[in-house]
Amino acid sequence: MLRYIIKRLLMLIPVLLGVSIIVFLIMRVFSPDPAPIVLGQHATQQAVAAWRQVNGLNDPIYLQYYHYLTGALTGNLGTSYYTKLPVVKEIMSRFPATIELAIVAIILASFFGIVIGVISAVKKNSIFDNAGMFIALIGVSMPIFWLGILLIILFSGALHWLPSNGRINPLLEPAHITGFFLIDSLMAGNMDAFFDALRHLILPASALAMYSMAIITRMTRSSMLDTLQQDFIRTARAKGVPEGKVVRKHALRNGLIPIVTVIGLQLGSLLGGAVLTETVFSWPGIGAYTVECILKSDFPVVQGVVLLVATIYVLMNLIVDLIYAFLDPRIKYSKKEV
Amino acid sequence: MLLEVKNLTTEFKLKRGIVKAVDDISFTIDKGEILAIVGESGSGKSVTSLSIMGLLQKPGKVTGGQIFYKSQDLSTLSKKELQKLRGNQISMIFQEPMTSLNPVWRIKDQIMESIMLHMKLSKKDALARTIEILETVGIPSAAQRANDYPHQMSGGMRQRVMTAMALACNPELLIADEPTTALDVTIQAQILELLYRMREKFHMAVMLITHDLGVVSEAADRVIVMYCGKIMEEADVRTLFNNPMHPYTIGLLKSIPQIDNDSDERLYMIKGMVPNPLNMPKGCPFSDRCEQSMERCTQEMPQLQDIDGHKVRCFLHDAKEGGSAKQ
Repeated sequence: MLRYIIKRLLMLIPVLLGVSIIVFLIMRVFSPDPAPIVLGQHATQQAVAAWRQVNGLNDPIYLQYYHYLTGALTGNLGTSYYTKLPVVKEIMSRFPATIELAIVAIILASFFGIVIGVISAVKKNSIFDNAGMFIALIGVSMPIFWLGILLIILFSGALHWLPSNGRINPLLEPAHITGFFLIDSLMAGNMDAFFDALRHLILPASALAMYSMAIITRMTRSSMLDTLQQDFIRTARAKGVPEGKVVRKHALRNGLIPIVTVIGLQLGSLLGGAVLTETVFSWPGIGAYTVECILKSDFPVVQGVVLLVATIYVLMNLIVDLIYAFLDPRIKYSKKEV
Repeated sequence: MLLEVKNLTTEFKLKRGIVKAVDDISFTIDKGEILAIVGESGSGKSVTSLSIMGLLQKPGKVTGGQIFYKSQDLSTLSKKELQKLRGNQISMIFQEPMTSLNPVWRIKDQIMESIMLHMKLSKKDALARTIEILETVGIPSAAQRANDYPHQMSGGMRQRVMTAMALACNPELLIADEPTTALDVTIQAQILELLYRMREKFHMAVMLITHDLGVVSEAADRVIVMYCGKIMEEADVRTLFNNPMHPYTIGLLKSIPQIDNDSDERLYMIKGMVPNPLNMPKGCPFSDRCEQSMERCTQEMPQLQDIDGHKVRCFLHDAKEGGSAKQ
């Protein structure tokens, strides 16, 4: 098992090399020259040339990549053209917000997705099933930003129940220890801050969860429908096991593998930053920030974020594969099979 | 009398029409008796057993008749009361040992589940009972194998585990649905021998569903021959093999290969195919394959009649006609 994990982690190297080369080239070929954007429209020719020289943009592209790579190996991903702060710092100041939102969203999505999916499968073709599938259809079809706006109008605008933007009331903001406000506020023992952070999370997390929930619901339903037809389910019923237990203990555990796959992939994409949701709810996460940096040609930041997202995807897939082995004893990552 | 099935009819409502998988059948099983139900695929054997267990899946439904277990009508029992019977007093072995065990549960947990459910034993006692029953069905080093997952066992071992699971709570009636079909011949014999031993030991009744007449002759006390959801013939095993009355039974018996037959004759075969259940012949369902079919057979359904305890559904033996077995 350990050998397998190490092997998979080593596979991260070629992935990251490939991803970094592609993003490096794309930024330099398709993005506008950052110099005039950084220095302003009225910058002199000399100032632009000097800036390009300082930032190494006059070197041949392979040399630029070489410098970038050697820097990256020592943990130096460069500095932002605008803030002059190290990219790692820039990302780290925003990433916890994205993680917090993504995790709350995936918890909501998984819980409701699995519950609705299971009940829909058990009560196939019932009113509940049809209603569940209708909600799932809306979930996959409705643009998240639009749903977000609707939620804001209803719960924030009309009912004044929940805040519509930001992560927390700035006056309550806890000291940044982990960067996760829910955890930081608990560590500081500040319950007001905790509940305020939670209230801020509800709307964006719900909007974000809707799409993932719809996908998880549909996957759960079809996987459970398939599992409930299996012979061993009939065996369990023949043993006199109550139906609820048959579904929860016998069927769900077997039907969980495709569900876990979908949840893992969804979480991976949520962690990459939800651009539209973050924009609608003014959530200070990585997604909206990255788009801003792409538009401003802030090469080092964009490269850093893309590498991070690629790493997350690879790790997410590895975690999903490890969960398979935990769920199904037939799956083993022994030395021979790898 | 342990089990009495009275005029049981089970139908499947399909889009293309209604299929009567089991059509008005009645039979009984006594304590400690082994009753074999024989028939081709689609004759309604498995549906009969699932109807008794209350495990029919949609679109299948019992539409007529009653099933009495110890004189209690099973249809009057609540879901919970039925669950208490299932796996406890009436249990079942299925024909697919490879797929009938839960792949992600250890063997012991699957067996312990029903023991803890029905016998209300503690975990420790349930485990002891599990290992004991695994030993009874002939699983070597049972205490260790109990920790295995199904995929770590062979087909024969899995069928033993299935059998152990069915026997775990000392049932009074065991329904064995083709318990040996998926197994090779030596394992078949072992499983049959095991059923036989269990019957002796626990005085349990067995309803043995099979299409293998060899198995029937070895194990059964009494035999029911089914065809297209109907009982064609019923007799004790010796009578049936020595003096079969229904042309279908005769055909089945003739198509068993005989090892001591030296002639170059080809093996007998019942001609034709089982009729499409959506398009049954008007009269006797076997009439279009029967070598002795008469005009009347294609028009009317013969009744099952009792001739000194030997029941048969055929006009050749119709008392009113005064007909007798012509062989």
